[in-house]
Amino acid sequence: MTILIVAEHDHHELKSATRSAITAATALGEDIHLLITGHGVDKVAQAAAKVQGVTRVRVADDLAYTHGLPENLAPLLVLIAPDYTTVMAAADSFGKNLLPRVAALLDVAMVSEVTQIVDQNIFVRPIYAGNLNATVQTTDPIKVLTVRATSFPAAPDGGAADIETLPTTGDTGLATWISTEIHAMDRPELSTAHVVVSGGRALGSAERFQEVLSPLAAKLNAALGATRAAVDAGYAPNEWQVGQTGTVVAPDLYIAIGVSGAVQHLAGMKDSRVIVAINHDPDAPIFQWADYGLVADLFEAVKELENSL
Amino acid sequence: MKLLVAIKRVVDYNIKVRAKADGSDVDIATVKMSINPFDEVAVEEALRLREAGIATEIVAVAVGTAQSQDVLRHALAMGVDRAILVETDAVTEPLATAKLLKAITQREQPQLILIGKQAIDDDAAETGQMLAALLNVGQGTFASKLELTSSHVTVTREISGGQEKVSLPLPAVITADLRLNEPRYVKLPNLMQAKKKPIETVKSSDLGVDLVPRLKLLQVAEPPARAPGIKVSSVAELVQKLRDEAKVLS
Repeated sequence: MTILIVAEHDHHELKSATRSAITAATALGEDIHLLITGHGVDKVAQAAAKVQGVTRVRVADDLAYTHGLPENLAPLLVLIAPDYTTVMAAADSFGKNLLPRVAALLDVAMVSEVTQIVDQNIFVRPIYAGNLNATVQTTDPIKVLTVRATSFPAAPDGGAADIETLPTTGDTGLATWISTEIHAMDRPELSTAHVVVSGGRALGSAERFQEVLSPLAAKLNAALGATRAAVDAGYAPNEWQVGQTGTVVAPDLYIAIGVSGAVQHLAGMKDSRVIVAINHDPDAPIFQWADYGLVADLFEAVKELENSL
Repeated sequence: MKLLVAIKRVVDYNIKVRAKADGSDVDIATVKMSINPFDEVAVEEALRLREAGIATEIVAVAVGTAQSQDVLRHALAMGVDRAILVETDAVTEPLATAKLLKAITQREQPQLILIGKQAIDDDAAETGQMLAALLNVGQGTFASKLELTSSHVTVTREISGGQEKVSLPLPAVITADLRLNEPRYVKLPNLMQAKKKPIETVKSSDLGVDLVPRLKLLQVAEPPARAPGIKVSSVAELVQKLRDEAKVLS
């Protein structure tokens, strides 16, 4: 029962979502290998070897792996997958891009966005925007999974794994990276923040979205989130979108401001520990999900809330 | 240039689905079905590429029961040139769907294959990547912008925290994010005309693909309900509750 986790990192440190995948893997077996791909990854490999639960770090260093292109990484995964019962990654944009390609090349099914591991072959995953949970059993010799990071705590440091260097598979020529634009954030990352302050279309404009929500988010050291309606209206950038088609979050505190509570938004935040809703409409569906609901003018209430913290 | 767009018939996005009473599956017997919204975006993008003079022919393909003709008619009404139904009574998993789509791709030889980034029923987000793998071509997933030339497609992809741009030689597979475009409304006369257009039916059994499911569905259930919350009457009360009861504020 050896498990391979494909790590996501920025060439300096592991993404927190990968640490969550490591925690999930401990429910499947004790021999957990972490694959680090990229170019110039010594530092992150050293860091990965210290994560609790990891028994071996396998490093594949190649210029062709720098940007995590699935076209170049899939052949490497296919080469080493037969050593494993399970190949897994966090269900973020990297894992979701790569692992289906690997599964198809291995001719096995994939289980996406696992939220619960029942046993080594049985997994729970959300379907229909999280309105239902499906429990599925795999029958393939190699299981390919992505796991939802918010469902598993991040594995802490505290291990001492071996580091091994792998031969690499080079450039397939099927894709060329051109550029990556990561929007600078002075706030914590949305998917892993402890507090999220989220706004809906009731904010009224991009300027007011910032004016009203930023000071509150700053006081709470919160990430900013948005509904799809707010994003579509141009009030907030796409990567702030919380929901079925955006980021799934499960912070300790989620404050929904001027959010009506569309099904697709609820799918992205309903597992938050404490949900607060502030909305002037007492019938807004969000109140059915909120632990604490406040029917009030959002502009006044947010100002008052900010001042009382 | 020929484009292939793969579409799926799913429960309409406005419907709240429920589990069957015995928890064996999703209860969709009587609910409204529609084209998967992400696939509709893929169809729209193909139409825009044709309107820009880059694409010349658009073929829509659906895998499913005879009822999937509905969504192919929708695509015809939007403006695709031809429609193919790969007919099967089995519910196909993404891997089997990708294999069927590969067979159609090999027959039609499109330069670009477009598909939604996920279907809103199983939310798997796998089929496009699997198809690209089986065809051994590049994949531009979660695409929010395309720039197509006669030999390459440049794809802007939505990734965690921002965007990434990649260039893929053709042929290639694109999976559409909702941000790629806003699909046009289908006018009633177009829908009436589309009802008369032919849909080619291919039996899945004629494509030599193993459709046996690899996953066994053991149970479908509603997630555990949250404990009911309360309404607070003031910001002061809210702050007090968050501090003393929920203990999320220090």
